[in-house]
Amino acid sequence: MSVILKTDKLRVEFTSREFRQATKTALVSLDLEVNAGEVFGFLGPNGAGKTTTMNVLLGFLPPTSGAAYLFGIDVRQPIARQRIGYLPEMTYYYKFLTADELLRFYAKIFGLSRADTDKRIPELLKLVELEHAARRPIKSYSKGMQQRVGLAQALINNPDLLVLDEPTSGLDPLGRMKVREIIERLKNEGKTVFFSSHELGEVETVCDRVAIIHQGELKAVGSVEDISAGHANLEQAFLKIVGVQSQPLP
Amino acid sequence: MNKIIAVAGVVIKELYRRKDFYVLFVLTALLTVAAGAVNFFHDEKIVRYVKDICLLLIWVSALVIAIVTTARQIPAEREARTIFPLLAKPVSRAQVIAGKFLGCWLATGVALVVFYFFFAIITGSREQIWPVGMYLQAMWLQWAMLAIVIAMVLLGSIYFAAPSSTSTISFIVVVGILGIGSHLKTIALQQAEPMQFILTVIYFVMPHLEWFDLRDFVVYDQTLVSWMALALATGYAVVWTGFFLFLAWLGFSRKNLTT
Ligand SMILES: Nc1ncnc2c1ncn2[C@@H]1O[C@H](COP(=O)(O)OP(=O)(O)OP(=O)(O)O)[C@@H](O)[C@H]1O
Ligand SMILES: [Mg+2]
Repeated sequence: MSVILKTDKLRVEFTSREFRQATKTALVSLDLEVNAGEVFGFLGPNGAGKTTTMNVLLGFLPPTSGAAYLFGIDVRQPIARQRIGYLPEMTYYYKFLTADELLRFYAKIFGLSRADTDKRIPELLKLVELEHAARRPIKSYSKGMQQRVGLAQALINNPDLLVLDEPTSGLDPLGRMKVREIIERLKNEGKTVFFSSHELGEVETVCDRVAIIHQGELKAVGSVEDISAGHANLEQAFLKIVGVQSQPLP
Repeated sequence: MNKIIAVAGVVIKELYRRKDFYVLFVLTALLTVAAGAVNFFHDEKIVRYVKDICLLLIWVSALVIAIVTTARQIPAEREARTIFPLLAKPVSRAQVIAGKFLGCWLATGVALVVFYFFFAIITGSREQIWPVGMYLQAMWLQWAMLAIVIAMVLLGSIYFAAPSSTSTISFIVVVGILGIGSHLKTIALQQAEPMQFILTVIYFVMPHLEWFDLRDFVVYDQTLVSWMALALATGYAVVWTGFFLFLAWLGFSRKNLTT
């Protein structure tokens, strides 16, 4: 099995200028490996370091030490990003563009041909159900619609690896189901999906493997069954692992 | 190159969808027309005076458009977080800088063409003279100067988070150079020693934006500048633009975008 995403003793420290150079360690020494064709859930409480990990993977943030690779290429090289799709945690796209224009712009960045672009964009707009709004500026979209534009742009280059930071946040139940369907479809096409989520029920249904991090450290990694073994479900296992015992209500 | 053009395309699209740009644009055009209309005395001096004012207006407006547009590019991408989905794609930060530069420069070029067109129509209809070559030379050199300015502002915008501070500082620097640049050597000679040395050094290392100013030629001489001089000035602009863009790229590529 080939490893598509790999981090090697990844460490990220943030030094604040304000508080006498106090450093905050967001990632301690993270080793992760995601294999081709896997749907991999990246879990952890708020502030655990999930977004930070993705920021390193996409080259936004240089690690303090350690390294990260996509398709075996160091993430510092732009070419490592040719075959990936990325959905940021919270983003606003160019508000003055329409969804159609935005997707065309990104298609050019990927160097897609005109013919491919003309074929791909209607497919994607259909997939995320935005055909009716494709020629309106993005500033007129609802939050859920913006999230769906985000999903469409992540898929524009027909990527082999998807990095999704909380893809279902802000979506209604129907939208969530849709995202689950898309992830499953990608999996059937043999793509790799690496995503973070707080929706453990959803993670249980779509993921092959999960990793749980807490305070920048990897606490558990394995299949959903392995991790939830001995617990009622993944959520209980998660709470146990991050050190919270569920207590009966008084 | 296609990636750079794509980034530039977004800059231009945004600009023509923004209203503040049109306000300045229309205002300048109107003022130029108005200045032309006022000029009903058949007095050489007044005609020249009005032309002078029109050109000054064109210079100030073009500068404002160039500086304000450029100063907000990178900060706006960061603030709206659009920089993340962009850089997550196979585009280097150098290409983003180049695209931003190109977009701002082309947009300013369009504004210049319109401004000079108005100017030519008005002076032409009054005086029945059409020194098109002269206008093209003046416009070209002004555009070349704006390339230096845009590259410089782009560099500034990487270090100053607020576009308003970048704009203000850039405007002061550019107007300062245009105003006293050519006199600086003379001023230096009148100063006492440490100051004389400092000013002389500044004179030799600063970008001489005032060399690109052909307004007096347009108003008074109406003779064409030699092609050699034009080529040299263009080369000079290329060097300074490249230098500022290189520094901007250095700064941007080291920037941690998540803070
Ligand atoms: N730019 C920054 N400067 C300083 N500290 C930061 C910065 N970015 C993140 N951190 C810190 O790093 C830690 C990890 O943050 P991160 O955003 O990776 O968490 P997360 O797992 O994505 O959380 P969430 O589930 O809330 O999205 C947090 O303690 C956060 O405060
Ligand atoms: Mg996060």
